[in-house]
Amino acid sequence: MEIGLNHYLVLSTILFAIGLVGVMRRKNLLMLFFATEILLNSVNISFAAISHYYGDLTGQMFAFFVIAIAASEVAVGLGLLIVWHKKHNNIDLDNMSTMRG
Amino acid sequence: MFEAVAFYLFAFLTITMFYIAVTTSQALYALSSLAAGMIFISAFFFILGADFLGAVQIVVYSGAVMALYAFGMMFFDTTRDVKEKQGNKAIILGLSILSAILLIVIVSAPIVGNNIEALYPVGNAGNVQEVGKVLFTKYLVPFEVAAVMLLVAMVAGIVLAGKKMDLSLTLMTEAEILMMKEEDKNKKVLS
Repeated sequence: MEIGLNHYLVLSTILFAIGLVGVMRRKNLLMLFFATEILLNSVNISFAAISHYYGDLTGQMFAFFVIAIAASEVAVGLGLLIVWHKKHNNIDLDNMSTMRG
Repeated sequence: MFEAVAFYLFAFLTITMFYIAVTTSQALYALSSLAAGMIFISAFFFILGADFLGAVQIVVYSGAVMALYAFGMMFFDTTRDVKEKQGNKAIILGLSILSAILLIVIVSAPIVGNNIEALYPVGNAGNVQEVGKVLFTKYLVPFEVAAVMLLVAMVAGIVLAGKKMDLSLTLMTEAEILMMKEEDKNKKVLS
């Protein structure tokens, strides 16, 4: 059986839905970061698949930039999370609803 | 045949791993299953012929990102169970409908885009060579911007996570620096 572009797109959509469920139900901010990583990775799969099936390298380029953005997001987000944890001793999302500083 | 077997095997493995990462209440299980899922995703890149992307995926995600997360977990209390929030039913319903529409659009996209012509066609040389050619000619400016962004992220991470980053040694006089050292010594003696 031949694996076509639609197979990869359906897989990417399933992974994206899993990540979306994670974003919706997680309360711990670290777990929320995991869910965003899943979202970015599912998009990367569809970029690579489209790049392969249309014979165009642009998709792979975009996947590289997505990986770079994911890496810098982790660095800054984790730094902010450490600062918050030093100050308030928890990383629950519900305590961050106000910006009292 | 081989491609189909590999695709279905790795699709099953990635979906399972990410499902565990999203639903488990143990932070360590979530971390390790996420790392496994990242490695399995690189298999798709290798199947699709994007060798360099697969290698970058393994290096960046399971090397750098997972190490950062593991480092972060040492700061936070990960032994207790992760509490879940009781979501608003209307929001969950709305987002589910939105993702269903998104699914239809994504699946029907190849039908619309049947007459797309390749902007940068894949050549005969190896994948790494082709990627390098396109990345350093057509995408040179975005590449440099991404490099600056990574530098900014690195500096931000150091400033946020480091100790005493609000002080600047170059702007302080000698006496102030000596005073700071004395205070540090006193703190150590006290503790």
